[in-house]
Amino acid sequence: MVGIIAWVSGGFLAAGIFLMFTGAIGLLRFPDFYTRLHATGKCDTLGEVLIITGLLIYHLFHYPGTPLVPVKLLFLIVFIFLANPTATHALAKAAYKTGVKPWKVGDKRM
Amino acid sequence: MTEKKRGKGFGILVTFVTMFLFWLLLSGFFDAFHITVGVICSAIVALISYDLFMKEGGLDTDKCFRLLLYIPWELWQIVLANFDVAYRVIHPKMPIDPRIIEFETTLRSDLALVTLGNSITLTPGTVTVLVDPEKGKFWVHALAKRTADALLVDKTMQTKVAEVYGEW
Repeated sequence: MVGIIAWVSGGFLAAGIFLMFTGAIGLLRFPDFYTRLHATGKCDTLGEVLIITGLLIYHLFHYPGTPLVPVKLLFLIVFIFLANPTATHALAKAAYKTGVKPWKVGDKRM
Repeated sequence: MTEKKRGKGFGILVTFVTMFLFWLLLSGFFDAFHITVGVICSAIVALISYDLFMKEGGLDTDKCFRLLLYIPWELWQIVLANFDVAYRVIHPKMPIDPRIIEFETTLRSDLALVTLGNSITLTPGTVTVLVDPEKGKFWVHALAKRTADALLVDKTMQTKVAEVYGEW
């Protein structure tokens, strides 16, 4: 039982780390401000949520004496899902209003 | 909307109960001292900010229920689209074709616009750039043609949000 839980939470952690990693690669590879925002603002949302889910499952089965900790982690997930897209939108809007031109296929990399 | 005329007291009560439950959750101590302090703090917060928490005493249970049904679908979309973006990042040729698209929706209320705007930004491949609340118009930066078509042609997300809030 304990072994299965370790594998399940480990799987969640691995998937989360993979997504955070692709977010970082995208930040370096993508050509302009808006596309980089896609890579960091959103791969990170699901990446963080998967990592927290993995920790939540691990804690739930290994330390059942403190059931409030998983609930707090659950609240973290909710707040990340609310705050992350809002911040991404605020950045995109600020860039658009100050006249940052979006990159198109065929343009030079900035 | 039967719950519309509940007034001030109801709003304060709901805010107080929610704040107090949240206090218990975060503190984790159930002795007399911590509970007394929690009651006092929740009462102060409820008196000051109940009108932010419960807007005009209206709590539409139907909308809340439909929103709860909408969230799992949205989560699944996030997972699917996230791996789509991950594929575009890792692919050696980087198959992206970014563009800014505009479309109008039938949504008017703040909550519906926020839900759609946040849903669009959460689904990887699309970021909400601007919103015009009077016309329900959205400017969206899309990473590729396929992610843009999901909003322009299929309109699944707009229809779902409009169904949740009953605004079409």
